[in-house]
This record gives sequence, C-alpha cells and structure tokens, in this order.
Amino acid sequence: MTSARNRELLALVPVAALLTAGFAAVFSQENEQLGNLSLIYGAYFLAICIATHVYLRIRLPNADPYLFPLMATLTAFGLVMIYRIDEGLARDQANWFVLGLVLFALTIQFLRDYEVLERYRYTIAIGGLLVLLAPRLPGIGQQVNGAYLGVKIGPLAFQPAEFTKIAIVVFLASYLREHREVLIVGARRVLGVTLPPLKHFGPMLVVWGASMFMLVFIRDLGSSLIFFAAFLALLYVATGRFSFVVIGMAMFLVGAWFFASTVPHVHERVDIWLHPYDDPQGSGYQVLNSIFAQADGGLFGKGFGEALITVPGTDNALLPAAQTDMIYALIVNEVGLFGAVGVVLIYMLIAARGFKVALLAGDGFSKLLATGLTAVFAIQAFVIIGGVTRVIPLTGVTLPFISYGGSSIVANFVLLALLLLVSDRARREAAEPPGRMAALGATA
Amino acid sequence: MNRQIVKLFAFVMVLFGVLIGFTSYWSVFDAEALKEKNANKRPLLEQQQIPRGRILAADGTVIAKSVAKGKGAAKRYVRRYPEGTLFGHPIGYSFVQYGDSEFEQFHNEELVGEGSEFSSIADELLGHAQEGNDIVTSIDTEAQRLALAELEEAGYGAVVALEPSTGAVKVMVSNAPYDPNRVPYDFEKWNADEVERPLVNRATQGLYPPGSTFKVVTAAAGLDSGAITPETTIDAPGTLEVEGTPLQNDFNQDFFGATLDTALTNSVNTWFGQLGQQLGNDTLFKYMERFGFNATPAIDLPEDEVEESGVWDLENEEVLTAKDPVDLARLAIGQERLLATPLQMAQVASAVANGGTLMKPQIWKREIDPDGRVVDTMDPSVYSEAVSEETAAELTTAMEGVVNEGTGTNAAIPGVPVAGKTGTAETPGNLACGGGENENQAWFIGFAPADDPQIAIAASVECTEQFGGDIAAPIFRDVAEAILNGEE
Repeated sequence: MTSARNRELLALVPVAALLTAGFAAVFSQENEQLGNLSLIYGAYFLAICIATHVYLRIRLPNADPYLFPLMATLTAFGLVMIYRIDEGLARDQANWFVLGLVLFALTIQFLRDYEVLERYRYTIAIGGLLVLLAPRLPGIGQQVNGAYLGVKIGPLAFQPAEFTKIAIVVFLASYLREHREVLIVGARRVLGVTLPPLKHFGPMLVVWGASMFMLVFIRDLGSSLIFFAAFLALLYVATGRFSFVVIGMAMFLVGAWFFASTVPHVHERVDIWLHPYDDPQGSGYQVLNSIFAQADGGLFGKGFGEALITVPGTDNALLPAAQTDMIYALIVNEVGLFGAVGVVLIYMLIAARGFKVALLAGDGFSKLLATGLTAVFAIQAFVIIGGVTRVIPLTGVTLPFISYGGSSIVANFVLLALLLLVSDRARREAAEPPGRMAALGATA
Repeated sequence: MNRQIVKLFAFVMVLFGVLIGFTSYWSVFDAEALKEKNANKRPLLEQQQIPRGRILAADGTVIAKSVAKGKGAAKRYVRRYPEGTLFGHPIGYSFVQYGDSEFEQFHNEELVGEGSEFSSIADELLGHAQEGNDIVTSIDTEAQRLALAELEEAGYGAVVALEPSTGAVKVMVSNAPYDPNRVPYDFEKWNADEVERPLVNRATQGLYPPGSTFKVVTAAAGLDSGAITPETTIDAPGTLEVEGTPLQNDFNQDFFGATLDTALTNSVNTWFGQLGQQLGNDTLFKYMERFGFNATPAIDLPEDEVEESGVWDLENEEVLTAKDPVDLARLAIGQERLLATPLQMAQVASAVANGGTLMKPQIWKREIDPDGRVVDTMDPSVYSEAVSEETAAELTTAMEGVVNEGTGTNAAIPGVPVAGKTGTAETPGNLACGGGENENQAWFIGFAPADDPQIAIAASVECTEQFGGDIAAPIFRDVAEAILNGEE
C-alpha cells in the first residue's frame, strides 16, 4: 500500500513549512533581521522526517499515513515554542527528538511481532511500577514542586512515569484480552449493581493500587489520573460494561477524596483549583497567570515571541514552567484561540486515527493495545490542557510532543511506534481476501 | 469491542470539546474581566514595553516622556518628568508599581496608542510595534511656574486659570506639590502625609468654603431670574437676624438703599443674605447647577480625582439639592455647608467672562501620532448657558467695581480692566491648619481684560490669617498678567 506512504510524504511538507515559518517568526522577533538559519533548521527537520518516512516505507508500508505527520506537526510546533523561550532548551529538545526517532526505529525493528509483549506482561507491569519508585531513591531521585517525578543519573535525567504508562497499557491490554470473557460472564448482580467477579478482578486492583500509590507516595497526581482513566477506558472497551466504569470511578473518587482530605499535597492542588484568588501571589500564582496569559492572547494571539514570560528586566517568572506544564497557556498567548484550537484539533485527529487503528485491528490484543495507547495519549493531553484551563486541578504532566522534556518525547515516540506496528498489520490484513476478514470480524 | 471503541472515541471528542470551550472562555469571553483583575500585572507590564507618548505644555516644554531601560526582551520604558514638581498636578504619574493618576490616567489610551481599534490591528498585521501618541496640553509653562512659586509663598492652596471662550486650562497648580519622578520612592510616605497631602490635587479635590466669591453666583441668579436689576435697591443693615443667629457685615456697617454694584464692591453680607432668601431654594440651586455645582466638572481628569462642589452633608457624604432644607441667607454668601473646589470657582468666573456661557474645562489641546500627524484636536464644547449675555455684562460691571474701588484692588493690572471678587471664609479650629483660631480660606476669582476676557482665574489659599484681597488677589494679578503678556 504505497499510496498510504505517498500521502504521508505529502503531509510532511506542510509540517516542515510550518517549522520554517515558525522559526522565521521567532528570529525576526529576536534579531530584527531574518537570517537563513530558519531555513536551515527547516531543512534539517524535513530531512529527518523524510529519513523516518523512508524507514517506514520499508518496514511498515501499510501503516496509517497520518499519525507520523500529525505527531511531527506537534513536535515542530513544540520546537518553535521552546526555541522562543530558550535557544538552549530547543537544542536539547531537538536532540531528544532525534533520540526519540532512534528508539522509534528500534521499536519497529525489534517488536515487529508485538505479540511477544503478551508473554512478558507481568515482567513489563512490575518493571514499569518499580521504576516509579526510583525518584524516591536517595542519590538519584529528584523532587520538583513537591512531586517526586524525576531520576537523575549523572547527566541523564528522566521521568519514569512517562514509560510506565506504556507498560501499564501493554499489561492491561494483554490481561483483558485473556480475561474479558470471564469478566463479562462471571459478573454478579448485587443490590442492582453489576459487580465483576473478584477472582479475575484481583490483578486489576493492582492497577488501582498503583494509581493511589502514585498519588500519595510520589505525589504525581497527574500521572495517577492518566493511569486510572486509561484503565477505565480499557475496561469499558474490553467488557462493554459501563457499570464497571462507574464502580471504578467511584473507587477512584473515594480514594482521591480520602487522600485529598489527608494528604496536604493533594488537598492543596484541589484548593488552588477552586479558589485561586485566595492567594494570588502565592499558591494561586501559576494557575491565575495561566488564564491571564490566555486572556492576553485573545482570538489571534500576540504573535510568536511577543508574549511576556518573565517580568521584564528581571528573572521573575510571569508564567512559571512555561516550557513544560504551562506551554499551552503560552500557545494561547502567542497564537491565540485560533492557534490553540488548531493544536487541540491535531490531538483530536491523532485520537481519531488511533481509534481507527483499534477498529481495524483484527485480534483482541491489538485492538486493546491500540485503544489503550490512544486513550493514554489523549487523556494526557486532556489532563494538562484541562489543568492549564482550569477544567480540572493543575497537575504537572507534559503536553505530549510539545512540552520540553526528553522522557516525554522518547516515550511518546515508542508509543507511536507501537501504534504504527498495530496499524501496519491491521491494514495489511484488511487488504487481504474478504473471507479471512469476515472470520476476523467475528472475533472483534 | 468496536461499538465501545466508537463510544470511547466520542467521549474523548467531548473532552477535547470542553477544552476548546474553556480556552475560548478565558481567551475571549472573559478576557476583558481578567485584564481588570488586580492580580493580573500583565496589562501594566505590557504597557511598560510600549514607548508611552510625551505630554507637552502649550509652548512645547516636555512635561512627561518615556526613556528606555534594558535591552532586548528586557527592554522597558520608564516615565520621566523633566520639570519635576512643576506639573505634578494636574499631569499625575504613571508607574508599573503605583499605577497612574490624573491626566496620565485619563489619557492613557492615547498615550499608549490604543486610540483606534482599526489602526492597532493594522499595525499588528504590518508588524509595527505599538507606540503611543504625544499629547499637547494648553498649559502655559511660565504662568504655571509663576503660580506655583507664588502659591508656595502664600500657603497650601490652588490656582486654576481657564480660557473663557474654550475652557482650555492654562494653569492648574496645587500646593503642596510633589515630584512625580519620586513616586516610586516616596509614594507610601506621601500617601500617609495627612498635613501636606502632596498627592491631592487641591485644584480639583480641595473642597473649601468659597466665602464671598459665591456672591457672584447669587447675584447672577438674582439678575438672570429677574428678581433684581442693577438699579434695584435693598436695605442692608449691619446686622441681620437669620434663623436665630445674627448675620453681620464687616465692621457692622449699614448699607441702606444699596444697589448690586455697591453690595458686591463692599461685599455686603446682609444684602446678599436677603437676596438669597428672596430667590428661594429652587432658583438658587438652578443657577448653582448651571455654573457647574452639584456635578463633577467635565474636565479631562479621572472622575474619582475630581470633587463635586455644592452644599455638603459631610456626615452622609452627599451633596444636598434644592429639596433639602438649607439656610438660604448664609448659602447666598458662600457659607452654610457650601464647599467648592478652586476649579469650580474658576468655572464661575469663566462663565461670566464668556458672556454667560460655561465651557467644559479641558487640559489637552492636540493629539499627535509618532509620525507628527495631528490625530485629534480638542473641540471646545459648551457645558451650559449659565446666564444671559446681558446678565453677564451687568455682573462684569459690578465685578469691575470690586477691583477698582472695593475689596479687590490688589488684583488691578495697570492698563487692563479687571473684573473679580474676593472671598474670605473663616475656618477657625481647622485641624488641617493646626487648629488656629484666626485661620481663613482666602479667595480671589476674576477675569481680564474685563472688556475682552482672555483668562479667568480662581486662586485659593488655605490656613492664612490674611484676607482674599490681600493674599489671593495678588496671585490672580501676577498670573493673569503673565498669561496676557505671554499671548501678545
């Protein structure tokens, strides 16, 4: 199916153009003269994308043609925003982008038969949960804004939660593929509520426990939310029982309420969300300045490089963590509501393509894997944009492919690689004779 | 499982829809309200990055300008006031930490170049950096300098000079003055100073008993309503019992069969007291309102920095109207609970000088864009037709008598006919004056030349033991002379 790859190639051109134009805009703002450096950056980016494209043409000729260009668009947009904040950070980010693509290629190279993941599902899940502990280990752990999110070994720093989310999705997809029937059949109605059979539900409780653990022990409210939402999404897709979702949600809310009233860190986050004006110069500063920055952007925004990030003449942040948590506020500030809606639309398109992959996939594991990966990606975008726009309490997670951060970029490229692997097989099988397709449809 | 996947997809779309909804709310629908929030420092910080336009005196003297500090993204503009205290009032200040005041605040939009929505969008598209417009005021630098210097000699108070035909403000000074350049350093100290109150513009915020200068309003009401003519005589005894308290003339002097000219020239209290009673509440208040009382003057200064003149019920912090019971005899001579700002009394003089028509006072004259084009010019507008031209002419004659042979001879300018009225309100026990028993509020209002008025002035001095004719009239004379000479 080379037409899919041709569509991918075509779609990459506007991405490179966008990057070039974005850099040009930032340059002209900072240097008041337009160098050809922006063209060089654009050319580099296009070259890397085309190399990736050629690799996909060889390895995964049938994979979805839009996912890679869409994610490249987000990366390009993120690079421009980060470059506009700090040149050095953008250079780091570009390096992470290249490293991300290397891992992307390696994943595709060695996980062509991704069912192999099913065999190691417990190893993967336990490994994923164990690395979460690392940030609390003395010597290598790092505390940022009260949360234990990062690990630093020598010059290398990373956030394990970004990788754990993929491990958990792989585990859940595999586990639910095997147990979904018994979960449905074995369900009992107690007092009018359909309860899942406890025997098969045990391992799922582990996931719930892990989420609560993250909430409390490493204080990563955002990732905890993402994990649990992805878990509920998969549970619903696998069993079709909405009541399970309701029960799960109730469990999460009870747990969250319990910890919100006992753990100060969680309680504070909720408080700031509800009453930011109580302490506008202190705890409410970040979320208030987030919406002030958005108000400043208006419909069309101030333009690339025009928004205020620090108080002029000082290093005092006007928009704290502009390159990570707050990057969406900066986007609204600089490219306005129209630009921000464009970004949200790209996330919607990625979600659409991701769920399309799940729909096309032939076997249960592939379906659940694609659904889980897409859900976890979309929910992460929702959690951070929702935090920045005060839909939900603000938590420190990255905006996928846009925020500054190596772990985020690399992990999301691995996620993309898995999605493309599923897609390639699904579309290849879909193109085969109808008799076989009907058989597959029955299992779906 | 496909059905569930589609439903999950729909749910995710709804979530993203909510994000778009919230983003729209903050960035567009609630944006204006957010920009008004105190916690939001952005609007001020952004304004600081715009070179704010200059403010100039009529002769081109730079009153306020912006100087660049720092480079690149840290570049910002800071306000400088080269003349220091001279224009502190009424120009005010503009600093990020302390906000803005007076003229700087009122004309903020023009000064930061936000005058027209269309041109700012066009500028944005063309990539022009926003730049403020200059504003030229009508302030006469030399007269302003002289007025402040003389006032600093005389005591706390204010001088306001208006051009009667246009309402242009030629002089507005307030003593104690302040240097706007020092606002970032001395703001707290000044704000706490209850005696000098340097940040208060006494010209627009100083509420003082106007004393006998108010007789001009009473006379105007009498003549214009037809209650009296210049020939009408009233018997004015040295002492008159009003509401149980005797009302007295200076030295208890009797003026039997006195006309308006005699009564105004000698500032006969019992004459005007009887006229006030004869006029009644409705007529007197009607004319007060026509002269600008009972309303915030329509000057180009922030409304909360301009006080309303009238009969103040200070306990309830409200201005009384014709419906309220007042002691008309004492109101007619500027007592009762009547309080007026120097700006208000300048408006009274200005209306008489302009044939009975009161113009809206305006400080600004022209707005000029960074390319030197005149964007806008002050269009003089009428506030009210206070009295007929005939009444104004009759009042002018009577007020000339005050300067020629009455209480205001110190206001006379050689070779120039001058019309005016003195005022001395006793303010014993005024804490602002240190509680002394012989303290007065001294006034002079008037205009010159009487036959072709070019300038109308009110001068008012707080806490003085002298009379209006002795301490305020000379200030009037010198400032009027300076303005008239400057125009030749």
